[in-house]
Amino acid sequence: MSDSAHASSQSFITKYIFSTDHKVIAKQYMFTGFFMALLGGFLAYVIRMQLTYPGESIPGYGAINFLQYNSVVTMHGTIMIFWVAMPLLLAALGNFLIPLMIGARDMAFPKLNMLSYWIFFLSVVVLIASFFVPGGAANGGWTTYPPLSSAKYSGGQWGVTLWLIAVALEFAAFLLGGINFVTTALNMRAPGMKLFDMPIMVWMQVVASVVFMLSVGPLIAGAIMLLLDRTVGTGFYDPAQGGDPMLFQHLFWFFGHPEVYVIMLPAFGALAEVLTVFSRKTIFGYKMIVYATIATGGMSFLVWAHHQFVAGIDPRLATPFSITTILISVPVAVTTFSFMATLWKGKIRFTTPMCFALGTISLFLLGGVTGIHHGAPASDMFLHDTYFVVAHFHYALIPQVFFAFFAAFYFWFPKMFGAMFNEVLGKLHFLGTFLFMNVTFLPMFVLGFMGHQRRIANPQMFDTLRNAQVEHLHFIATIGAFGLLLSQVPLLINLVVSLIKRKAPGNNPWQANTLEWTTSSPPGHGNFETQPTVYRGPYEYSVPGAAQDFIPQNVKQ
Amino acid sequence: MTAAHQTPNRVDLPAAKPFVSSGVLGMALFIANEAMFFTALISGFLVLRAQNPSWPPADQPRLPVAVTAVNTLILLVSGWTALRALSNSKREEAPHAWDRETAGRWLGVTLVLGLTFLGVQGFEWMRLIRFGLTTTSSLYGATFYVLVGAHAAHVLGAVIALFWIRRGLLRSSVVPRNAESIKPMVMYWSFVVVVWPALYGLVYFG
Repeated sequence: MSDSAHASSQSFITKYIFSTDHKVIAKQYMFTGFFMALLGGFLAYVIRMQLTYPGESIPGYGAINFLQYNSVVTMHGTIMIFWVAMPLLLAALGNFLIPLMIGARDMAFPKLNMLSYWIFFLSVVVLIASFFVPGGAANGGWTTYPPLSSAKYSGGQWGVTLWLIAVALEFAAFLLGGINFVTTALNMRAPGMKLFDMPIMVWMQVVASVVFMLSVGPLIAGAIMLLLDRTVGTGFYDPAQGGDPMLFQHLFWFFGHPEVYVIMLPAFGALAEVLTVFSRKTIFGYKMIVYATIATGGMSFLVWAHHQFVAGIDPRLATPFSITTILISVPVAVTTFSFMATLWKGKIRFTTPMCFALGTISLFLLGGVTGIHHGAPASDMFLHDTYFVVAHFHYALIPQVFFAFFAAFYFWFPKMFGAMFNEVLGKLHFLGTFLFMNVTFLPMFVLGFMGHQRRIANPQMFDTLRNAQVEHLHFIATIGAFGLLLSQVPLLINLVVSLIKRKAPGNNPWQANTLEWTTSSPPGHGNFETQPTVYRGPYEYSVPGAAQDFIPQNVKQ
Repeated sequence: MTAAHQTPNRVDLPAAKPFVSSGVLGMALFIANEAMFFTALISGFLVLRAQNPSWPPADQPRLPVAVTAVNTLILLVSGWTALRALSNSKREEAPHAWDRETAGRWLGVTLVLGLTFLGVQGFEWMRLIRFGLTTTSSLYGATFYVLVGAHAAHVLGAVIALFWIRRGLLRSSVVPRNAESIKPMVMYWSFVVVVWPALYGLVYFG
């Protein structure tokens, strides 16, 4: 192959560092995401230790004061959303899978793609640097509401300013990525592949990218005004100068809530692929899932003010936003129930990716159902800013960011690295993560109902929380957090061992249909030796009368 | 074989011809993002203006409506010259012939007009600052400089991009046969031009 000869003639730097190959960029995003997940996990450990043993020195961190605690909480949220969820689900999976699944040689704009990663890398550097500046990292919460984030309250310190710069860089990176994703999926499909022949994963990445691109502008506008308030001294969010702090909340959540779906849709995409392959059935309601996804994306722009029910918005505004919020669960439920119907009467194979996919659905249901409590202003008034909210969004996000990502990671691991992982270690990873996820976050629902506020550094300072039951629940949650972190050890061992052993998986270890399984593992430079042609949809499993129980998309019959 | 699982047989299809080129599609997505950015700035402006009854505040200088009207005209003309670079077929030639030297000249005119727009605006800003309208003198000043400044920054970015695109067009060893390579640039320039009258109307007559 002239292409592989060309690839091997590239220097180390153009091949692995400043690479324009979407597969290398995907890995760069993935390993950066893993690294940031370790950092975010460490901060979670600090939070748990402080809440369980307030005021005591934390091994590995030392004693923590209230300002530092605010920083730790802020940075935990920021890192997990923007530097773990986004690079893993959107950038790593999207970059790796879109060209492979649609039979393209690379992205539409490979150089922009490389630029995207290096801007992202710069944002990581700026964010990590913010831990070491005078005054410490940003401490206004991951939502950086003014006045908490204004110069007056967070001081003249650098933390929030660097936070804003890092987030802006990160968004620039994902903007370039999003342009690439959508353009590639629409313009570079293999001959014969119609839009409704695209795997659900590609649809999800496209819709998520569009939602991201249309929602991020307002946050950038809001962030610029906040930056000017902090540095130049304008008064956009300062009531004393005629400004309005609520304006930032609106601009933030106009982005922030669609962002929930930006993360959720690629996770659902991974579920669609994994569940179908291991149920050996065609997906239930392909078009219905696509339409529901588009509806979810569209409606995600109409729900944002439900974050502000108690912030003093006009009650007449609360009702319509409550209705849209509860309404958006309809298309999400359509997708979730289609996944469950896909399982119905399937020949289910309980592989590691399948376990993670099933885990995602079961945990996400709890996260979704508890969302209804917040969509209704009457109950949200009481639950707002309590640990109930913390439990809710961890049940919504962890299944997506970790369970669905791990489902995808194990599923495409053979394709990505050309090596098979160890099933036993994989299952161990799943069982530990699933168990301890619940041990950590179930107690928080109870704490929330007891009136335990979020973001307080020391619950024992409050009369209502100074009792054995609160301490007990915090202790259980902390044990869970330790278990959750320890459960990731099998993953690391698995990664290292399987990369050393290099057990060749073959092109198609799961007997799957989509195009990435028709090329070598890992695919060479240019992905396909000959341009594949597509003759059928992506999910033709157990077709009666067919020789095998799967028919890849490029089989003509 | 059940019908539900059957995909009708397809003849070998040539690679699907994209509806629009990747450059145009990518730029359209970028412009959509930019449009949302300006929409947010404008809504922020409207919210803040609605909450401050004395708008503009009595002690703040008035904005130069007339000079900016001329400047608006300059920018609109630059939008027209940019579009001329796309379709510049001469009557005597084939109807769709496209000539890169002519396109380069139109882009050059666009570049000069864009720079003029920026120059006039910079000059007006200096005068306004001298009269006491700054980012910290009032929220009126802050919104003015952020809205108009955000637009000016976009014009500046577009001018720099236009300079490089034009250079690349004229120096490329392969002579392009159509305007495809400059289409995204002209799209972006048109966007920057189209946003301005809306901002002018809102900010200067607000």
